[in-house]
Amino acid sequence: MTNTHVDYQLSQLDQLEAESIHIFREVAAEFEKPVLMFSGGKDSIVMLRLAEKAFFPAKLPFPLLQVDTGLDFDEVLSTRDSWVERLGARMIVATIDEAIKAGHVVDDGKTSRNRMQIGTLLGAIEENGFTAAFGGGRRDEEKARAKERVYSHRDDFGQWDPKNQRPELWSLYNGRIHAGEHMRIFPLSNWTELDIWSYIHREQIEIPSIYFAHEREVIERDGMLLSVGPEIQPKGGEKIERKLVRFRTVGDRTQTGCVESEASDTAAIIEEIAVARVTERGATRGDDRFSEAAMEDRKKEGYF
Amino acid sequence: MADEKTTTVGEEAAAVTENADLLRFATAGSVDDGKSTLIGRLLLDSKSIFEDQLEAVESTSQSKGYDYTDLALLTDGLRSEREQGITIDVAYRYFATPNRKFIIADTPGHIQYTRNMVTGASTADLGLVLVDARQGLTEQSRRHAVLLSLLRVPHLVLAINKMDLVDWDESVYEKIHREFTTFATKLNIPDLEVIPISALQGDNVVNRSENTPWYSGPTLMHHLEHVHVASDRDLVDTRFPVQFVIRPKSDQYHDFRGYAGQVAGGVLKKGDEVVVLPSGMTSTISKVELFDTEIAEAFPPMSVTIHLEDDVDVSRGDMIARPKNAPKPSQDIDAMICWMTNEPLKPRQKLAIKHTTRTGRAMVKDIQYRLDVNSLHRDQEAGELALNEIGRVQLRTTVPLLCDPYSKNRTTGSFILIDEATGVTVGAGMINSGA
Repeated sequence: MTNTHVDYQLSQLDQLEAESIHIFREVAAEFEKPVLMFSGGKDSIVMLRLAEKAFFPAKLPFPLLQVDTGLDFDEVLSTRDSWVERLGARMIVATIDEAIKAGHVVDDGKTSRNRMQIGTLLGAIEENGFTAAFGGGRRDEEKARAKERVYSHRDDFGQWDPKNQRPELWSLYNGRIHAGEHMRIFPLSNWTELDIWSYIHREQIEIPSIYFAHEREVIERDGMLLSVGPEIQPKGGEKIERKLVRFRTVGDRTQTGCVESEASDTAAIIEEIAVARVTERGATRGDDRFSEAAMEDRKKEGYF
Repeated sequence: MADEKTTTVGEEAAAVTENADLLRFATAGSVDDGKSTLIGRLLLDSKSIFEDQLEAVESTSQSKGYDYTDLALLTDGLRSEREQGITIDVAYRYFATPNRKFIIADTPGHIQYTRNMVTGASTADLGLVLVDARQGLTEQSRRHAVLLSLLRVPHLVLAINKMDLVDWDESVYEKIHREFTTFATKLNIPDLEVIPISALQGDNVVNRSENTPWYSGPTLMHHLEHVHVASDRDLVDTRFPVQFVIRPKSDQYHDFRGYAGQVAGGVLKKGDEVVVLPSGMTSTISKVELFDTEIAEAFPPMSVTIHLEDDVDVSRGDMIARPKNAPKPSQDIDAMICWMTNEPLKPRQKLAIKHTTRTGRAMVKDIQYRLDVNSLHRDQEAGELALNEIGRVQLRTTVPLLCDPYSKNRTTGSFILIDEATGVTVGAGMINSGA
């Protein structure tokens, strides 16, 4: 048995954990068909860990849903499989190629795979009749997210209406929806990037190895380091270099850049973040760079 | 020495993040009071703003033709707000110092956004009210104090901003301080701090100002870092709303039956005699668990799993309390309600109600009075409550609520009202002590 808390103080990380567990249980109790949107990234893995704690020793009372872009890093997929196996969780994989066939998305040759995830995701939610979908979004990530509720209502078209959000008071969440609508649930709303890493550190959570420093062939493009592979080849003057790098987010291979780093464990990553000067999205996500309001636009369309 | 373990910067940072405590505070004030500038200043001076965020704001400031970096732009999130230059919704911001992590609920100040301020204040430990030193206390700042008091936010900071524009005149500070203290005697404000600042220039925000030698109190940041919030929780009256019953029904955990929930009050431990409400059945706690570990005690706001010795019938919506200290189940509720939708609240209206983990229906029996949040006047002829209005209301519920007065417990004393047709949250309620 753990020691008695003499001062009845709960650290901020324990408070965040307690709040997230409360949210998971609330959704499992009140929604007919929840699902956890799993990207394989560190935030969705922290969600899995919290869900595991919320329902232990029972299995997760909802499946996981992953949108397979066809461009996921192998390391991410293998970590996913290891988690799914350990938890005995049900896993649904929605692929962009299938969504194109089903007509949920149109491949016009110009739209990035990342953007096509929106249609794929909404198609999968509709097809399976999910009424609530957990997402790993955090309010510290981006300005538009700072105003999003923990329970974020989506209409028939999966759209978010930022000007017409339901008030959310105390820890009383309102999960009422109409047929065809669903709720996005953000149990990590109040976590910061540093909290996520500290939690991974404390709990010794398994995350994809590409988060840690490793040698990789990269090219520099638009100020980002991209991993050389079938889709990314040097063009016009770009040259391949072998560098010690790590990824700060894990999106699709063509869009996600890495940063030079020697951080080979969680403590070293935390050290890096503690002195970081650029937010994680600004540094390495090509899809957020188009405009200052890029995230807001994608969210309105039904992005994570 | 070879075997001495050295801690790295990263391990230290991890330990700091892990062990820091938490302060949630709500800010109120309008753009004119310099609220966004103040928040921008807190984020900037605590190094919570990153290069790319600052660059985006600098470029926007330039394109608007400003000759300074408008820190307010850091916090105006949605594009429509940036275009209109107003803050219309509650936005949450985060920053941390080595001792504390802070969650700011940044709320708009105008009366037409009272519901947003009520929302932001509902979870706050501390309320920060900003006034413009040149204008002194306004109707708006009084209203903010009234709302924070109504929502039982235990600590209040009155920040007198733009002191630079009144030449750091001590008498201006003293006058506003006195006026506010007099006004606050009508309210429930257990802890008040009045701080002279300039958000634009940073005086007394993080660093002590040389312009206020007559002021001996803390800087804003120092106060936020040190204000004592741990004792605001109720560790005496045991309240455990059951959220979810965990029954794995697996071979390994065949007989496992755990009651999962977040502690709303008091301390729960093995051997405690408890009563399950509303049934009134009694039992004894056999085990308290956090994930896969048995723990000695659970206290607010822990999310735990409780086991009972007897096989009593317990389900979601029930409450575990102590036989000699339990809320009395009641279907007649007397509460202050903040109304949050365009269609007014009227007598005989029927709504859904959610209180802790319990959901039922409620009918409005009577609207006793409407509270003028500016003057505290009670209008007994009101008859209805319009959007953003607050009043005292009597409800009759279909299920008994296991509630406490809001003044005693903010979790078991609060509820939300939901429109059954639209599904929208339309009201926030705070239960009065026995009328």
